[in-house]
Amino acid sequence: MLHEITFKVNDETVTLAVKSHHTLLKALREQLGLTGAKIGCENGECGACTVLMDGEPVNACLVLAVEAEGHSIETIENLNKSGELHPLQKAFVKNNAIQCGFCTPGMLMMAKGYLAKNPNPTEDEVREALVGNLCRCTGYIRIIESVLEAAKEVA
Amino acid sequence: MTTECVTVGKSVTRIDAAEKVTGSVQYVDDLPFGPSLLYGKLLHSPHAHALIKHLDATKALALPGVKAVVSGKDTPKPIGLYLKDRTIFPIDRVRYVGEVVAGVVATSEEIAEKALELIEVDYELLPAVFDPYLAAQPDAPLLHPDLGKYEVVNFVFPEPGTNVSEHFKLRKGDVDAAWPKCTAIIEDTFSLPQIQHVPIEPHIAVARWDKDNQVTLWAASQSPFAQRDLIAQSLDIPHGDLRVIAPYVGGGFGGKAGISIEANVVVMARAVKGTPVKVRMTREEEFLSTNVRQSLVGKYKIGVDGEGNLTAMQVEYYFGGGSSNEYGTNIARAAGYSCTGPYDCPNVKGDSRCVYTNTQIGSAMRGFGMPEIHWGLEQIMDRLADQIGMDRVEFRKRNCVRTGDTIVTGMKMPAIDLIKCIDLAAKGIGWGKKEAPTGPNKLRGKGIAIMWKAPAMPPNPGSSAIIRFNEDATANVFVGGQELGQGTFTVMAQIAAETLGIPYESIRMTVNPIDTRYSPYEWQTVASRLTWSMGNAVKAAAEDARFKILDTVAKYWKEDIKDLDIKNGVVVSYKSEREQPLKKMVVYGLPNENYEGWQGGPIVGSGKFMPTYVTNLDPDTGQGTRAVVHYTVGAQAVDLEVDTETGIVEVLKIVSAYDVGKAINPDLVLTQIEGGAVHGMSSAFEGYIYDEKGKMLNHSLVDYKIATSMDAPRKIQGEIVESAVEDGPYGARGVGEHVMVQTAPAMANAIADALGIRFNHLPLSAEKIYLAMLEKGIV
Repeated sequence: MLHEITFKVNDETVTLAVKSHHTLLKALREQLGLTGAKIGCENGECGACTVLMDGEPVNACLVLAVEAEGHSIETIENLNKSGELHPLQKAFVKNNAIQCGFCTPGMLMMAKGYLAKNPNPTEDEVREALVGNLCRCTGYIRIIESVLEAAKEVA
Repeated sequence: MTTECVTVGKSVTRIDAAEKVTGSVQYVDDLPFGPSLLYGKLLHSPHAHALIKHLDATKALALPGVKAVVSGKDTPKPIGLYLKDRTIFPIDRVRYVGEVVAGVVATSEEIAEKALELIEVDYELLPAVFDPYLAAQPDAPLLHPDLGKYEVVNFVFPEPGTNVSEHFKLRKGDVDAAWPKCTAIIEDTFSLPQIQHVPIEPHIAVARWDKDNQVTLWAASQSPFAQRDLIAQSLDIPHGDLRVIAPYVGGGFGGKAGISIEANVVVMARAVKGTPVKVRMTREEEFLSTNVRQSLVGKYKIGVDGEGNLTAMQVEYYFGGGSSNEYGTNIARAAGYSCTGPYDCPNVKGDSRCVYTNTQIGSAMRGFGMPEIHWGLEQIMDRLADQIGMDRVEFRKRNCVRTGDTIVTGMKMPAIDLIKCIDLAAKGIGWGKKEAPTGPNKLRGKGIAIMWKAPAMPPNPGSSAIIRFNEDATANVFVGGQELGQGTFTVMAQIAAETLGIPYESIRMTVNPIDTRYSPYEWQTVASRLTWSMGNAVKAAAEDARFKILDTVAKYWKEDIKDLDIKNGVVVSYKSEREQPLKKMVVYGLPNENYEGWQGGPIVGSGKFMPTYVTNLDPDTGQGTRAVVHYTVGAQAVDLEVDTETGIVEVLKIVSAYDVGKAINPDLVLTQIEGGAVHGMSSAFEGYIYDEKGKMLNHSLVDYKIATSMDAPRKIQGEIVESAVEDGPYGARGVGEHVMVQTAPAMANAIADALGIRFNHLPLSAEKIYLAMLEKGIV
């Protein structure tokens, strides 16, 4: 069955017809062409699909598309909308906190959502905040350093 | 003339950084295929070992939306890299729980999934065997009665009538005569379970078989050219009509090397000609049905004399190769010719076997046999040092391989400095200093382990590169190796810029996607071989382009080419001090005097590299002139503590030192060292768990845990040693895999230091450690 939903994506209002069982991740990727959020497990276990829902990080694979009705979604595609890289993105580039890049969008959105709540985190707090975002390449240390560095910029 | 490098040796920014942090980079799943796209799902075997008596897809095909069902009857010809021991879909037998039996193509994933339930398969169960040592015994159930009829390369030696698909024999000196000379001998058995690569991007492939029989495959792939070759052979497609397109890969670690689901998807597309078909593995399928790191049972007997000199080594390796060993045979072979680890020992008897087991296909994974064999080797070295009362670091320095040594296969060791690596690792960890635990109920210890690894390949894997100049003197560099995150495109740009004499910023890597129709040939992105092999090809292409430019300018100036050079994008003459910018002339050439004709033209450089000096080894002794191109060596030291209330290990610090020949981009080397250390640490806690019928039980990221941000050590200190190799670009060799090879044994050695307890069998689960502490009376 199709449902019509209206919600905000990256500050723009969109209306979509979605199936009951389709996830927000599927709607973003297949109906809106926003492929920055990745499919890693479709089970909420890897964090590669992390987006912000009213500023809160969520696994887009665990949110049904119909649940987005009336909410505001932000994806990686919005992070440098101004044309300039976000301080988090700059820190990731500077510190080589990227390898294959598949976890990177989710990692950045999780970090953005977290820093909005806690602008001056300790290293331990950042480690805890990122625990649901798996990365198999980098060993995390440069990602953690980048988030701490960007926190100083953002604050 | 200065020889100092301008770009090589500098930590320039990754060439793929911006597109990766903005989310604009497209992986296979992000490519648009339009509304006609069909979806494929795979049927998996519920049995570990069974004959397929009958497969009936009638009901599945009757389901509305189902377009095709394909199975073994559609794929009669074998496929495989070193040993053609399987077909794309199995014809008459399944050999592990999870093996792909059939493929459904439908208009949606949901319909394809429903159709899977409607395929009726009659199986006749057969006895199964899971342990590689047991599978190698004469009374074991036979998985491949046809072994002996399969096509095989001439350096792999299957034993027909058994489950042994490869038996590598190493014979040097006389171990039996040497045992009486030993003061201390350790004899013990070690084992490792299967583990998974767990790339965050699952395996995915899309294929379209056009009605005019042009075939396109889009795949998350470390091996677009090898896949083209294997699929073309198996499905009788002319190589030129099969196009493999491989964009950036979201993590590989060996799991996307060789072939896994790609050929299946091409066969599914053949059944619905003209329409693309997409198959993306679920995370559960990733665990149940894609390639794994092989299990190992290793039996060791190693002895030293009274002065601490290694005197005799006898090793028997049984690799659990899984249902097909088409790729895995070469893992056992690599473990065979490197069976001693990085040690010099006069008497060696090594037997390394790849053994069929009723488990997932054991294939390439970061380290390719080396993490497996070093797990036991490096613990025994500690125990031998302890027994003769020698410091563990001193013991390793006394016995490790050095430049120019005649190593275990008889080849001369190319330039390395393992001693320096050991010293750096020991110094970095504060070797010999006992540290206080960070809190109550914790025991702390330090451990060290060393390693070696050579690129494990056929003797002649090739690389090639093309460089094409543009009007503004930017240059497009074409290669066929893949970016998996290791930074190879950045390193290739640096080599090209350095050799051409143009700025790094002028290079455009023309590589995404790698496309077998347009990209130059590259064997595979494996074996840590790209910096070295593809780097040599890029350097050769740059030299070719550079010669063409200088030749043009030399004729234009009427000077000798030997007096000319290219500096920062300008041709200079050391003799006349004239200058000629590259802009325009690299496309339009240069005029003769009074415009009486022209010189030059569009500059295109091409280059290739293939090692031509590797020799086959004697099948009875493993001896030969040159077993491999070279080795990369390294040392790792670990500082950790064990929580005595839970058995949980916390790694505090890892120091890693590797001899990379030359660091083309030092910070990228450090990113490999750091990521590899955490991967290695994680691997010590990972392992497939099976029920008694061979079904893998922990097939999710909740039950099969990989290291998270909270598990990463506080500090990873990377150290780079540079002993240039003769056959590498600017002296460089690979390091991508080596960085995780000995982490697990270094941790086991540190745990032994903390607890006085040895663990011979991975994984190092908290439960296992706690129970051992309980038994020893520590808790």
